[in-house]
Amino acid sequence: MISMSIVKRKPLPGWVLLIIPVAAVFVTLLITSIPIIIAGGNVFKAYGALFYGALGSKFNLLETFVKASPLVLTGLAVAFAFRAKFWNIGAEGQLFAGAIAATWVGVYFTWLPSFLVLPLMILFGFFAGGLWATIPAFLKTKLKVDDVVTTLLLNYVIFHIMGALLFGPMQMPGSSWPRSASIMEAGFYPVLIARSRFHLGIIISLVAIAVIWYINKKTVFGYQSRGVGINIEAAKFGGINTGMVILKTAIISGGLAGLAGVGEIAAIHHNLMMDVSTGYGYTGIVIAMLGNLHPVGVALAAFFFSVVSVGAQTMSRVAGIPIYITGIIEGVSLMTMLVFILLTEYKIRWTKS
Amino acid sequence: MEVSVLEKQAVIEMRGVTKRFVDVIANDKVDLKLYAKEVVGLLGENGAGKTTLMNVLFGYYNLDGGKLLINEKEVTFNSPKDAINNGIAMIHQHFTLVQTQTVLENAMIGMEGSFFLDKKKAKEKLLKIEKQFGLNLNPDALVWTLSIGEQQKLEILKALYRGAKILIMDEPTAVLAPTETVELFETLRTLVDSGHSIIFISHHLQEVMDICDRVIVLRNGIRVAERTVADTTIPELASLMVGRELLERLEKGESSIGEPVLEARNLKARNNRGIVAVDNLSFILREGEVLGVAGVSGNGQTELSEMLFGQVKPEEGEIFISGVEVPGGNPSEIIKTGMARIPEDRIATGLFMDLSVKENMILESHVSEPISKNGLINMKEIRDFAQNCIENFSVKTDGMDVPVKTLSGGNLQKVILARELVGKPKVVVACQPTRGLDVGAMEYVHQAMLDQKTEGAGVLLISDDLDEIFLLSDRIIVMYEGKIMGEVSSEEADRDKIGLWMSGVTS
Repeated sequence: MISMSIVKRKPLPGWVLLIIPVAAVFVTLLITSIPIIIAGGNVFKAYGALFYGALGSKFNLLETFVKASPLVLTGLAVAFAFRAKFWNIGAEGQLFAGAIAATWVGVYFTWLPSFLVLPLMILFGFFAGGLWATIPAFLKTKLKVDDVVTTLLLNYVIFHIMGALLFGPMQMPGSSWPRSASIMEAGFYPVLIARSRFHLGIIISLVAIAVIWYINKKTVFGYQSRGVGINIEAAKFGGINTGMVILKTAIISGGLAGLAGVGEIAAIHHNLMMDVSTGYGYTGIVIAMLGNLHPVGVALAAFFFSVVSVGAQTMSRVAGIPIYITGIIEGVSLMTMLVFILLTEYKIRWTKS
Repeated sequence: MEVSVLEKQAVIEMRGVTKRFVDVIANDKVDLKLYAKEVVGLLGENGAGKTTLMNVLFGYYNLDGGKLLINEKEVTFNSPKDAINNGIAMIHQHFTLVQTQTVLENAMIGMEGSFFLDKKKAKEKLLKIEKQFGLNLNPDALVWTLSIGEQQKLEILKALYRGAKILIMDEPTAVLAPTETVELFETLRTLVDSGHSIIFISHHLQEVMDICDRVIVLRNGIRVAERTVADTTIPELASLMVGRELLERLEKGESSIGEPVLEARNLKARNNRGIVAVDNLSFILREGEVLGVAGVSGNGQTELSEMLFGQVKPEEGEIFISGVEVPGGNPSEIIKTGMARIPEDRIATGLFMDLSVKENMILESHVSEPISKNGLINMKEIRDFAQNCIENFSVKTDGMDVPVKTLSGGNLQKVILARELVGKPKVVVACQPTRGLDVGAMEYVHQAMLDQKTEGAGVLLISDDLDEIFLLSDRIIVMYEGKIMGEVSSEEADRDKIGLWMSGVTS
């Protein structure tokens, strides 16, 4: 009988780690060609359409960026928290908090000079998301309450708070639907490229990638945050105030998710509704894992997801494949990536007995 | 020694068993025989290879050399399942019970027989075993309602339910209250009377004397001695366990004893089970001396070091560094005093294994200039600092950017030494600084300690290795159950007296 065991391997050189995401994407497309064939599609035609739909023209490419913007932010939010082993499953809720705060400023702060509306929306959105994330951080550090549970459950709490606001004080006058009034035009993200939806929020996402990379690499806080994630005992031994590090990590993480909420209001919807997010916070978890918790990895993963989701529409039209293939590709890509990450640290050994 | 049992058949024989991990030999040609109806003690310090040896016997690890015989037939175990099928059971320190299920359900796990549960038959079988061995537990009680002692009984029941004839018990008394220990020993005697054999892992000498027939002593993976309990004494076992031959010849070096640099006054702390581990302990460490703290591990040394390092706040008492009282329970306050801290467990508390060598070098200095300024890290300074550390302490590494986990055990310790000693500390506190290291690395650490002393630092050396204590110390204090049993200068110290102190006997 042949039996399988998993054993630790010697650390791989750095360049292998760069190839892994590419290889994972390739394997993913290989695996997902099976359902495409089952659905009666031509694999080459289908993938051709997928990539053309997402990247093939200037408009398509810009649309892919638009779609990637919130995914980058929630992906970064989750990745930054996970690196410090703060298991923030609550980016969705923090996104809602950011959207609520941004809408509040955008609708009601009419007395503001117009050039201040957008900066204040961004600021309030960031801190609303960050503040919402401090609740589970406190519960974790002070009372040792499991952060997976609290961050997840708080998503439902804020969702219903949002509902109460949209049926109550923030409801658009005269409407019977749970939706707010439109924000002032001064609160719209400016469109940067004519005849497209390429807006300021995309630049903010790119800046966020750079800022998180900088924090990780260049700051004392980034070092401490990583240290807390890798070995909290050693961090304490080294004199690091681990509770404070987790709290700050939570604020930054929640703040990034909050910015995703600001973007949905300022760039896309211009008012607050219950379906302001299509699960960006949860997709962010997948993207963070797929990007191996590295800011550049997150950016690439978000872009890949965006390619799949934008391109799938073309693919479905051209190759006649149901749009649900998007979900399959996303799911398979995560599985593949996780296996690849596992294989960087472990190898499989077959033994005959 | 084995005359009385020579004619009998060994139920287990391990012959020349060798087990290697990446860069250490955990078991080096170890022999062990176990006969029917006896309790064999496996004695040794942490890291001596006891648990590894038993994990080999229980099929967790493959052999790297040697043979395993059951009833004088050679066998190969690929997994614990093979061991269980041969009537061997292992009872771990950490129980493997399903807390939300009943006693009966836990006993039955993996033994259901068919798709349908026959709880009635199982219950009868369990009750019969309970009656036979006096292990009375309500089969319908939920596990989480049981005390620790009762859960351990259930572990034994589980083993018996599977028809085990040989029980391996890994430090079973570590989790028990004294009265529960007495009960456990009664159970073990009943088991032995009915034909079972037991391997009893411990570093608690009195317990080994109480329950075992024979003792095998391991040290650094080697079987150093075997004794029948009737022919040995606690002090002899203590000195066997912590070693007797001196391998190294080091110059102690000249230094002049100066001012007190570290003083502990009436320190008291509890361990994580709430039992007093350090009790009203005081000492003074001066410039230019090595003060050795000897003792069998588990007598409060860990808790003492954790107080000195600032990891644990003393329940009572004060710590003075260079005459100034430092607040307890705050590592960064201790770091500010410049104390060099070499922790007992370098991997669990000393290092970020997934971070690079250079990032580990700056653990304690990353908040101070020039390593960082205004919250920003100065990468050039870090590289210079790390390069300096690597060169001065000849750390063998594939550069400063590789993860520290790629280094060998000895070089991991050098990383810590470099980080702690490069700033010319006045106080060095080292807890078990050579545990698990090979001879070369051990010598390096020893020399580094002596160098610190000759440069005028006071060195507190907490170690369960008596050789090391004798080799390096100018003065020796012995800890037993959290108290100091005695103090002696190294010229006047003799091993028999220290051995007695280590076993709690004052003379």
